[in-house]
Amino acid sequence: MAEKSVNQGAVKRKSRKRFYDYSLLAVIIFLCCFGLVMVYSSSSYAAQINTGDSLFYLKKQAVALILGFVCMFLVSRIDYHKYKKLAVLGYVLALILMILVNFTPLGIEYNGKKRWFGIGSTSLFQAAEAVKVALILSMAALINRFSKKIDLWKAQILLVAIEAPLILLVTDNNLSSGIILLGIVFVMLFVASRKKLRFFAAVGIVAAIAILVTVFSDKLIELHILEEYQLERILVWKDPSAYALEGGHQVLQGLYAIGSGGLFGKGLGASMQKLGFVPEAQNDMVFSIICEELGLFGAVCVILLFLFMIWRFVVIANNAPDLFGSMLVVGVMAHIALQVILNIAVVTNTIPNTGITLPFISYGGTSVVFLMIEMGAALSVSRSIRYER
Amino acid sequence: MVPNYTFHRLKILMVFAACLAGFAVLAGRLGYLMIARSAHYTSLAQELHERERSIKAARGRILDRNGTVIADNRTVCTVSVIHSQITEPERVIEVLSESLGLSRDEVREKVEKISSREVIRSNVDKEVGDAIRLENLSGVKVDEDYKRYYPFGSLASHVLGFTGGDNQGVVGLEVRYEEYLKGENGTILTQTDARGIEIDSAAENRIEPVDGWDLTLSLDVNIQKYAEQAAQKVMEQKNAKQVSIIIMNPENGELLAMVNVPEFDLNNPFTLEAGEDLSQEEYQRLLNQMWRNPCVSDTYEPGSTFKIITAAAGLEEGAVTLEDSFYCPGYRIVEDRRIHCHKVAGHGSETFLEGAMNSCNPVFIEVGLRLGVETMYEYFGQFGLLERTGVDLPGEAGTIMHKKDAMGEVELATVSFGQSFQITPLQLITTAASIINGGTRVTPHFGMEVRNARGDVVKKLSWETGGRILSEETSETMRYILEKVVAEGTGNRAYLEGYRIGGKTATSEKLPRSENKYISSFLGFAPADDPQVIALITIDEPEGTYYGGTIAAPVIAEIFDNILPYLGIDEG
Repeated sequence: MAEKSVNQGAVKRKSRKRFYDYSLLAVIIFLCCFGLVMVYSSSSYAAQINTGDSLFYLKKQAVALILGFVCMFLVSRIDYHKYKKLAVLGYVLALILMILVNFTPLGIEYNGKKRWFGIGSTSLFQAAEAVKVALILSMAALINRFSKKIDLWKAQILLVAIEAPLILLVTDNNLSSGIILLGIVFVMLFVASRKKLRFFAAVGIVAAIAILVTVFSDKLIELHILEEYQLERILVWKDPSAYALEGGHQVLQGLYAIGSGGLFGKGLGASMQKLGFVPEAQNDMVFSIICEELGLFGAVCVILLFLFMIWRFVVIANNAPDLFGSMLVVGVMAHIALQVILNIAVVTNTIPNTGITLPFISYGGTSVVFLMIEMGAALSVSRSIRYER
Repeated sequence: MVPNYTFHRLKILMVFAACLAGFAVLAGRLGYLMIARSAHYTSLAQELHERERSIKAARGRILDRNGTVIADNRTVCTVSVIHSQITEPERVIEVLSESLGLSRDEVREKVEKISSREVIRSNVDKEVGDAIRLENLSGVKVDEDYKRYYPFGSLASHVLGFTGGDNQGVVGLEVRYEEYLKGENGTILTQTDARGIEIDSAAENRIEPVDGWDLTLSLDVNIQKYAEQAAQKVMEQKNAKQVSIIIMNPENGELLAMVNVPEFDLNNPFTLEAGEDLSQEEYQRLLNQMWRNPCVSDTYEPGSTFKIITAAAGLEEGAVTLEDSFYCPGYRIVEDRRIHCHKVAGHGSETFLEGAMNSCNPVFIEVGLRLGVETMYEYFGQFGLLERTGVDLPGEAGTIMHKKDAMGEVELATVSFGQSFQITPLQLITTAASIINGGTRVTPHFGMEVRNARGDVVKKLSWETGGRILSEETSETMRYILEKVVAEGTGNRAYLEGYRIGGKTATSEKLPRSENKYISSFLGFAPADDPQVIALITIDEPEGTYYGGTIAAPVIAEIFDNILPYLGIDEG
């Protein structure tokens, strides 16, 4: 582990060595570069046909990535304690943003979902990605504020109630992001609280409902308990080839890609499924192209990289000088872990299809910029770790 | 500042453990998909990506006995457009309309039509196709294809036959030798993207086509050409319906020429002269009639040429000798019938040889009656008349003969001079050939050998010969009689200075007799002492003089005059 002596005003100068998590930085840089390669590989053919420029998506992603790195650098240079003061502002801004997106023309609709914030016809960014950052920050600050009473039902319900408007506003147009937000809140509360049983019970209840819905999906159709499109996803998940022309197309094409990868894949750039078979291969389904081109070996390597990244969050969170710093990193960790697990689970048809991108690798400017802000926060926390020789 | 407690660290480790478990499950799922299910999904994906395109095999050529190609393949192009790939419609319209000689509007309509593929023109010459390809227009496809091509046009059309749209034999030798000629089509497996566009960089999975085998015929283009000209000439002179000529090597059954004028154009076999306002059925009927090979598919009453068979049977059986004397009063009464000789005044007193030279009906009736139904029938069987010849042409007709039980004296008498039954011209010449060649039955045929594309002989076609049907002596006697017929008898118009020619004339009255329509024919061979070539001409419904000796014999003489030196048969 590299060490660095810094002479910055905000930190007290002593003979203590300051820590900076270069391992995390290395993983971030590696994943981002790998992401660029995969975005190019999976998008170039379609880009050439649709826009006449095979570098179209690569260029946009690279610009977003540079912006993201600048953000990460700036955020990581600032002492994270200063962010505590931004928590309320961030929360309020996020709430206003979601209201604007959901209820005013500033929300821009794509495929029937109002997810983008923009002015006129220029869409600026995906609102849900910003909300994730605001939610992690506000949760960390709230947990810090109510740390003494955090085990009480009252306090936990209060925290959830405070975050609920944000989550509900996001869920309205973006179910998968809502699930991620809820998951982050859940994990952060779980870590903050001494209690275990209630959390395990909650997991048990959700799992039981999921199993019941799956098993009795036919009954639920008859009784009109779930909305039709939600049930359709479950039916498609059970047997994608039966719905090959409707909802199952994307998943089925993804499975073709994954299955035809084999142990070592067809080689980088050699995917057939990206040639228009997997729709928008550079987005949610990019992991299937990784599987096809790099095989099981490459796919497991990617999973191990994410696992290593999460392990670095564990190390930083466990060594953070205070609860606020720890909770910030826990939130980021929960975010990354949930998104990676859900994305791969969707792509491999382990769970019903829902639109979740693979962090750092899937195409998407907003996602990468806000992810880098979160990385900056985690690195900032890592900087404040001090240890003695 | 709120510190980080130990239970927080424990909880964080629990979260990590949960992540580890989640990843482990996903890795397991991936392992299942990418190892256990890999073959399944790979094959499904391949099925999705691969397009199969067939590569046509070149059909084998047909060559004459000297190696002249008479059925060949020509590379032609099909020019088509793919709407979604066209980038410069105006240039496409301009180039295509100019090079293909089509109107701009016609091309524009097809270029602007939204369809997956629109054929602009097929059967385009290779040069034109290549030129269009060089223009490099996106969305324009030039596909090469083989088309059967007959360099001699209508030559031996009824023999060769032609191929249909899928290059498959339709009639004639093209059908008979389909299995050797057709070859085996290859396939290209290409990979395509989701829109069905082929991926250039993808490795092609190619199964090469196997070209068809070349067929060498016994036919001689020069003899065929010459015979066709002669037939055409006499058909026009006599305003006949149709003229057929068969020229064969009597020793082994190799057919040197088979003419049926009018021939039809093999490169346009579906074009009728009759005009276009025909019903579909009528059109098809006329086509079938045009394609029909009368030499093998049509039967007729052979008339006096059949006397060769009666004479051979009589001589072989000992029922008659050359010196036996007969008397012809101009008719012969059999049971209650009075059967006329062609010479109403009668030939008077004559030997058998003279009777043959005169082609005297009563003489042959007498020979027939001497043989009797039983023996006559035995000889028919022995000579192979009751079966098909086994020629390698499709659609051969059988002999139409009285049943043995239904054959009385009258029938026997008429059969003796070639009436009241029907055989094909090919059957007649084959039987005659077998009688004069020393007495061995031959199988008439065109096919000689089959070679692969490299020129190696793959298969020698063998034809049954050797069944003895007649003694050597009788065969010799028959040659002597038939030479006399030409030298001094009814066939004297076939006489050729310097050559020994044998032959027999015939004039058959077509049914119904009341219409007075005739088939004039002549069967000739040379040299008379050692026959190398035998020919039969039938002239269907000649106008004016219709005697075979007068109009048919000179045609054979003319042909022999030309082909005997060509075949290297010296003047005797």
